Parts: sequence; C-alpha cells; structure tokens
Amino acid sequence: MSQQSTTAEHRSSGGSGQEAAPAKRKSAMAEFIRKFSKQKLSLVAGIFIILLLLVAIFGPYLTPYDPDAPDYDSMLSGPSLKHWAGTDEYGRDILSRLIEGTRLSLAVSLSAVFIAAFFGTILGLLSGFYGKWLDRLIMRSSDVLFSFPDILLAIGIVAILGPGLTNVVIAVAVFGIPSFARMIRSVTLSAKETLFVEAARSMGAKDRRIIWRHIFPETLPSVIVNVTMKIGGAILAASSLSFLGMGAKPTEPDWGAMLSMGRDYLSIAPHVVYFPGLIIFLTVLAFNLVGDGLQDALDPKMKN
Amino acid sequence: MGRYALQRLLGVIPLLFVVSVLVFMFIHLIPGDPARLVAGKDATLEEINGIREQLGLNDPLWRQYIDYMGNLFKGDLGNSIRSGLPVSEMLASRFMPTIWLTIFSMVWAVIIGVLIGIISAVKRNKWPDHVGMITAISGISVPGFWLGLVLIQVFSVQLGWFPTGGVDSWSSYVLPSLTLGAGIMSMLARFSRTSMLESMREDYIRTGRAKGLHEFVVVGRHALRNSLIQVVTVAGLQFGFLLGGSVMVETVFSIPGLGRLLVDSIAFRDYTVIQAELLLFATEFILINLVVDLLYGVLNPKIRFDSN
Repeated sequence: MSQQSTTAEHRSSGGSGQEAAPAKRKSAMAEFIRKFSKQKLSLVAGIFIILLLLVAIFGPYLTPYDPDAPDYDSMLSGPSLKHWAGTDEYGRDILSRLIEGTRLSLAVSLSAVFIAAFFGTILGLLSGFYGKWLDRLIMRSSDVLFSFPDILLAIGIVAILGPGLTNVVIAVAVFGIPSFARMIRSVTLSAKETLFVEAARSMGAKDRRIIWRHIFPETLPSVIVNVTMKIGGAILAASSLSFLGMGAKPTEPDWGAMLSMGRDYLSIAPHVVYFPGLIIFLTVLAFNLVGDGLQDALDPKMKN
Repeated sequence: MGRYALQRLLGVIPLLFVVSVLVFMFIHLIPGDPARLVAGKDATLEEINGIREQLGLNDPLWRQYIDYMGNLFKGDLGNSIRSGLPVSEMLASRFMPTIWLTIFSMVWAVIIGVLIGIISAVKRNKWPDHVGMITAISGISVPGFWLGLVLIQVFSVQLGWFPTGGVDSWSSYVLPSLTLGAGIMSMLARFSRTSMLESMREDYIRTGRAKGLHEFVVVGRHALRNSLIQVVTVAGLQFGFLLGGSVMVETVFSIPGLGRLLVDSIAFRDYTVIQAELLLFATEFILINLVVDLLYGVLNPKIRFDSN
C-alpha cells in the first residue's frame, strides 16, 4: 500500500518539490480514498474481507459448535435454525467448520501471494530492463518452472517437502513467481521504449532510478491485477490440493477438504458441497472486486 | 527479429534438457521405494531386490537417466510400474480426450473473453461494462471443481441434458469445457479490458478520432492491435493453467485423459508414467511459450529484441 501511494504521489507531483511532498502525499491518499469509495461493489467486498479477517482472528470464539464434535443423531441434515449451514457426514456443524477454516485459507493464500509478487516483480523488472543474459537466465528459469502444470508442481513440492501448511505456502508461491516475472517483463519491455524513459536516460538518470521511478509505476496496474488474481488463485490452488486429498489433513476443517469429503453426498445432501464451495467463491470474488477497485483508484494513467 | 527467433528456437534444446533432468530428479526426491511399492506389502526382501534390479533402480542416477533418455529417443517410454503396460500406449489412449478438452476450453474462452473485454472497455462504466466485469469476476472466482459439481448436479442429474462424465459423445465435453475455460475466459476479459483502456488513452487514439476515423477503426485497428500483446501473453501463460486445471476437471468429470492418469500415477508412484507425462506437458508448454514470445515482435514492432 505504501509503495502504491508513493507512486501516486510521484505521478501527481511529477517527482519534483521536496517541500510540497507531505501535502501531495496527503492529497493523493485522500484522492485514493475518494476514488476507492466510489466503487460500491469493491467497498462492499472490502468490508467482507475485513469481516473475514476478523473471523479468522476471533474464529474460535465465534463458532456455535465445536467444529470437530460429531453428532451421530443429525448426520447430513440440511440447513436449519439449529445448524444454519447443516451438518456433514459425521453430524459436525458445517458453519463452525467453515469459520474455523477461514484462518487456514487466508493465512496460506496471503503469504504465498506476497512471496510470489515480491520475487516475481523484481525478476520481471530486471529481466525486461537489462535484457541479454540476465533476461535469458530469468526467462529460461521461469520457462522451466512454467513447463509443469501448476497443480502438479505444487503436488510435487508438497510431496518432496512433506505435508504441512508452510509447504503448501512454498508450493503455491513457487508457481506464482514465473507468472509475475513474465507479466512484468512484458510491460517493462513496452515501458522501456517510451519517451519518458528515453528522456530520463538522456538526462543521465541511473538505471536504478529509471527502473524504480519510471518503469515500476508503469507495471503497477499489472502487479495489482496479478496480485488480485493470485490471491484468489492461491485460495483455489490450496483448496484444489485438499480436494485431491493432497493438501490439508482430512481432519482439518479446510474448505477444500470439506468439499472433497462432501462430494460423495452431492445427490442426497448437496449443502455439504454447496456451502464450502460458496464460501471459497465469495472469498475469491471479494479479493478480486477489491483488486478491481484498487486498480481504478491507483492506476497512474487514469489520474488526470 | 530473425536472429531472435533463431536464438529462441535453439534455446529450446537446453531448456528441454534441463526440464528432463529436473523431472528425473524431482521424481526421485519423492519419498517412497518404488520397488517395495511394486512388490506389495507381503513381498520378501529378495523379491524387492529382484524388482529393483529389473527396473534398473540399483544403477547410479546418471546411468538411469541416460538409459531413460536413450530409450525415449527410440520411442520407448518404458512400462508402467503399476500395470506393466507400455507407457507410450497408455499416453496415446489418454491423449485425445485432454487435447479436445483443452482446445474446446481455450477456443470459447478466448472468443468470449476478448469480446467481453472489448465491449467493457468501449462501454466503460455503462451497464455492458458492469455485466461483463461481474461475469468475468465470477468466472475467475469460482472453484473449478465446485463449478463442475454444480453443473453436474443441475444439467446432468436434474435436467438430464448432458452426461455426468466420461467421453462417450461430443456432448460429454460441454460441461467440462465450460468448467475448465471459465477461469481463462475471465482472465482474458479482464486483461483485454485493462489493456484496451490503456491503449485508448494513448495519443494516437486521440489523433485517430481527431482525424475523423470511424470508432470501429480506432478500436479495432489501433487500440485492439496494441492491446493484443498483453492478451497474447496472458493466453499463452494460461495454457499451463489449462493443463493443470485438466487434472481437476478430468477428476470431477471422470474423463480418461492425461490429467486423471497423472493423479492416479502420483498416488501409486508410477514413476515411468509420471516422467513421461511431465515431459509431454513440458514439451507442449515450452513450444507454446516460444510462439508467444515470437508473437510479441509480430504484434508490436516497437519492441526490439536486440541482441547487442
């Protein structure tokens, strides 16, 4: 966030005037808030994510039932006043398990994406800007990673490192890096040829300054869109691993694992599949909507 | 450009070599003794050793690799550790369902995705934009395995329009393709829109409009052409996603394709099949990346692939 507002400041101030900087920063922030709050859907999604984060933090205090306590008298019962989202094949309260699973899903996906974005963006900028052997090395390495279907790469990494949430994070982060690197490289290639980069270069600006002050802001819309997509993608990947029985342990109240377990009961008790899927869908949707709002509010070129 | 194309073509050879070594090492890093697995729980130590010898698992790793690659060039991918069948035959019988699934998914996703992207950009902040983007955002957010299950429940179980699984007829591909393509369609719609909006703010678009060019020409010939560079990158990048996604979709829809074979092979540590599948996927994907890179230059001559 701080990097993004700095960019907005740089764009609006044209990179000049030390004294005006705090005022500019304030107005850029105010403008960002004004623009973001205009996006009603994104705002609603943002509130949903804040609620999810609160649920993740205070989950254990919010569950109406013990998420792991079986109740053999009410197995596979549909949604009711007693069990809002029904019960699973062991009679466990699905809502309680979904609440408990929020922490797992958010922790895994957020950390994976931030790791991927950090390394991917740096590699993409360096690759696109310097070209030559560095570009070849970075792009060939990402081609190697890219040559494996992502889910399989994740399965392989988890299989080698052993099960556990940390390893799922590493697996999901690793297959995210090349996508960031390639995307940012292609934007960098275009930005490198623009007049303002040529102007900066002819004024004697150093490479580091050109990359961070001129090219990096150009890549931001793509970084934001990609981060947005990857948070969703990371939640989907982690739940896919669980769905295939290779992610979270079956005993854990993981959203994907719940869906996988419920699959056999689709025809007699569809709620066992519908609710975990719906919460994954809504969470990913919320992150995507917020990303969209951020993009419209932050895209330097949209400022005029 | 020509020099760059040649460089990339030659670059594919070492890349394939690295991938093949990685695939080979990767499989051997997975814990578990294949000989013990093939022999079964009740096998004696002698039986296990016999199988290990027969599979060449006693040889040093580099020797195993050279033997494997040597056979590969002869078209011999070995036999499945699990079933004993030639791997090449197993792959051949599983190849077409996955290819059809991938092609159908990509085709509808590209056409609908780019179309939604263009319409949304042109009608920015009007209702077609909102509808397009809500569709796209929903498509990207929905878990494929869940979408597949919901589609089966609604269109197969309740309405009876399509089969619940298998590949007995062309209609079997409808629901799986919709499931697999939904994510790509959405990504392409979003990227096309973003990219089109960026292009349409450029000076040459203003110039075009000032010259009195028809909006169709401005959008179609000028804005779209420059946006395609991003779209091509994303579409190319997403091919791996399709291959990965086919693992999930084939599992949900019981399609006897490469993805499902892969899941089964990993569960049984069927090394020979996993190796062959990984090399196949990798080769396919590397070639697509090559085409994507070459298309950069064709679509945007401004980008120089200078090798100085």
